[in-house]
Amino acid sequence: MRIFKIAPVLILLVISSGLSINGQCKAFAKKSCLPELGSYTHDGNYHATVLTEGEEAELYKTFYSDMEYRLSVCADESLPAVEFMVLDVNKNVLYSSKDNNYAKIWDFKLQSSQQLRIIIKIKPSGEQGGVPASGCVAIMFGFKIKP
Amino acid sequence: MSRFHKIINTVLTLAIFLTLILAGCRSGGKDAVKGVDSVNVQGANPEVYEELKHAEKIFYTLPSPLESAMLIKTAGALFDHNLLNPIENTKKYSTNRSLALNLGIYTCDLSFASLYDQTQLIIDYMNAAKKMADGLGILDAIEQEDIDKLEENIHNTDVIMDIVSQTYMNSNSYLEDNNQPAIAALVLTGGWLEGLYISTQLVDIKDIDGNKLVGRIIDQKLSVDILVDLLETSKGHPAIDELLTEVNKVKTVFDKITIKTTPVKSEFDQNENVTLLKSEIESDLTPEVFKELSVIVAEIRSNLIK
Repeated sequence: MRIFKIAPVLILLVISSGLSINGQCKAFAKKSCLPELGSYTHDGNYHATVLTEGEEAELYKTFYSDMEYRLSVCADESLPAVEFMVLDVNKNVLYSSKDNNYAKIWDFKLQSSQQLRIIIKIKPSGEQGGVPASGCVAIMFGFKIKP
Repeated sequence: MSRFHKIINTVLTLAIFLTLILAGCRSGGKDAVKGVDSVNVQGANPEVYEELKHAEKIFYTLPSPLESAMLIKTAGALFDHNLLNPIENTKKYSTNRSLALNLGIYTCDLSFASLYDQTQLIIDYMNAAKKMADGLGILDAIEQEDIDKLEENIHNTDVIMDIVSQTYMNSNSYLEDNNQPAIAALVLTGGWLEGLYISTQLVDIKDIDGNKLVGRIIDQKLSVDILVDLLETSKGHPAIDELLTEVNKVKTVFDKITIKTTPVKSEFDQNENVTLLKSEIESDLTPEVFKELSVIVAEIRSNLIK
């Protein structure tokens, strides 16, 4: 009969823990990623999720020729190195953070407006047998008017 | 133990097991689409394709209301308060659909007013957006202290933009983190359509050649596909299905415009520490297609604010 008492509690605990992890991502994004935008104005969009090592996320966005942008990618300290790549619609790699010492920000501007694709990849840690690390990853964009 | 209790125990154990699996799936990426990327790998770097097909989470991002308003302003357009959704309309909205769409719409109007220093309108539209967010049960999206801070800094555009951006992020993050992606998509769509509505209304049809604002409107062709993909992820939700039909009408008009882009080349400017993505663009918007776009967007927007 004890299971009748503990089951609802367990279910609630599991659901609420999932929600609170995602809620922590908002706090993480605000605390760790937002300041990285510096003098750029945050566009107000929110992109954050929990990723585990070896996993990837993708983002699609149109960028405009009138603006200068800063892309900021932040990941929880418990995660191994995070790589991000920026691709055009023809899948040509325009930027890779891996080629830039795993930089966390990238400033860019465009001659003409483009739809770009951003891929974020959490490297596998390479450790055998342990529980794979997971944590929040946030992607933020800041903009300012081109001088 | 009776047979009944055994069955109940089995059902509860299964329920706990399923809940654990579902929670695990969510933290790994609730929009997981492994293996469904249908990119054509011909001519593409195979290593890149390998990277693309494993994404656990996909974000479809539209220009935010603040970005849309900034694009309108930088194009040199003038402010027209008659284009905004009147704040008196707030009392009409009671369903989640209308509240979410108009949260996006009012946030865009608020951004537009903010960039043109419309002090009283800024306060009014922040309150209108707050009503929508409160109606949706979004806790702490726009707090009284945000409105007070707005009033104290009413002549400081940078602070106002920060507040608008923060409150918009609060709404989106609340909806995303509380597993309401369909409602979040409605907010984003409302904001995008309002920006497109204001832009198209600010253009004089006789003056589309070389018009900078028309250029930014044409650019929205690049975002309409992203919007359709975003809405498709919540397909089956009645409000989303209805909106998808409307957005596809807009896409049909955008499909009549051809955009030709030369290959993009990255060029790093060491002096400015910024990368320039170089490419030439050409498009062929006719006055007829512009008029069609303008009419369809106005028609849809009129239904959203009813």
